[in-house]
Amino acid sequence: MTRDVPLIRAWSRRSGTDDNPGAGPAGHRSGDASVPALRAVGLSRAYGQDESLVWAVDGVDLDVPAGQTLAVTGPSGCGKSTLLQLLGGLDRPTDGEVWLGGRRIDRLGERALAGLRRRAIGFVFQSFQLMDELTAVENVELPALLAGASPRTARRRAAALLDQVGLTDRARHLPSELSGGQRQRVAIARALVNEPLVVLADEPTGNLDSAATQDILRLFGELRAAGQTLVMVTHDERVAATADRVVSLRDGMLADDTRLDGSGGTARLGALLDWEG
Amino acid sequence: MQDVVLALLVKEPSHGYDLRRRLAAALGPLGETLNAGQVYVTLTRLEKAGLVVQAREDTPVRGPRRKVYAPTAAGYERVAAWMAEGAGPRTDVPEFHLKLVAAAESGLADPLALVDARRRELIRSLAEAQHAALAHDTNGEAGLLLEGIALRLQADLRWLEACERAWSARTKGGKGGGAG
Repeated sequence: MTRDVPLIRAWSRRSGTDDNPGAGPAGHRSGDASVPALRAVGLSRAYGQDESLVWAVDGVDLDVPAGQTLAVTGPSGCGKSTLLQLLGGLDRPTDGEVWLGGRRIDRLGERALAGLRRRAIGFVFQSFQLMDELTAVENVELPALLAGASPRTARRRAAALLDQVGLTDRARHLPSELSGGQRQRVAIARALVNEPLVVLADEPTGNLDSAATQDILRLFGELRAAGQTLVMVTHDERVAATADRVVSLRDGMLADDTRLDGSGGTARLGALLDWEG
Repeated sequence: MQDVVLALLVKEPSHGYDLRRRLAAALGPLGETLNAGQVYVTLTRLEKAGLVVQAREDTPVRGPRRKVYAPTAAGYERVAAWMAEGAGPRTDVPEFHLKLVAAAESGLADPLALVDARRRELIRSLAEAQHAALAHDTNGEAGLLLEGIALRLQADLRWLEACERAWSARTKGGKGGGAG
């Protein structure tokens, strides 16, 4: 099945008119703004049994509206990575529900879930998880090919995305020939190639130095401006602070939920100065 | 310092010597620089301002008599207002630490609620700093300043995480172990 969707619609969704329903991956993208892109209801995951039973995620209720950038923070072991895996259908909840774009996914069969993950969710990992033997552009186009795009379409989308992440001149390089920050940008391009409903990122800057981290955050800022829904798990406060919203997990439960104003104001920074001195 | 001393008196009327001991316990090595005179000066100022009164005079078996101070109604009000107000943008670590201690001792505020409120303030400031930093060249003058501010705020947030762990452990321990 070849489908000729506009190349990088994800990047211009907010500014453009999204009057093209059904062109998205398998028609999952809902135009109804009242349907959250991602929803967790009473989501729980236990490990072990009997007396050694541990609730890694414990009754989390969470709505992520379309277009929101959400950061999940908390001390190590608080359950934030488990939560992300549940939201992305990489793990099954012990209890509760996961909804993706208005569709319940936690009870889907393995094959249906795998297909959905490929088409509707973009994953970004701390360790990049690129295929070592494939070039950058081959890594990016692979999920498109797996989802049924023609080689030509897949290549064109991949090339356009590599251009967006500033790596056109590295398209034919192997991951081993790229820096950590470049590899993560390839991984982000790969996550976007099927125009996913949500991008889920687990410690996306965990292996990067501060300059590369800022590059990735600028890239996330562009995704945000384009209306891409993004959920990222991070223990780095500076990364979390760039999101629209920060939730903290403690012992598997939501402990705090703070909305941030990313409008570029500087009133708080100004208050750090003491002009009376 | 006036607010902290008042808050300690809200827990129980006390004399200068005891107040200094409690402050020194909360401050650890930093409290060693606190001299006895400073607490008495603070008490005198509070008394003049009508925020504390001398409740009684204790006569220990040995040593000098000790004036025991208690907060007035105006004193209570002042402490409650201090607890309710958010920490300012330039609040330093010892100041906020003492506020948490004072909150727990006086019972006028939940230290964990203060930590939560402070975290929200700091993350909002950090959001401003980060958005501004992303718009600037890291090596330029403005970029360097923003980098420094962001790192400071990040350090403060990490310390708050430690505060939350410690105070939530204490709150739980306190409930289990009674008033001891």
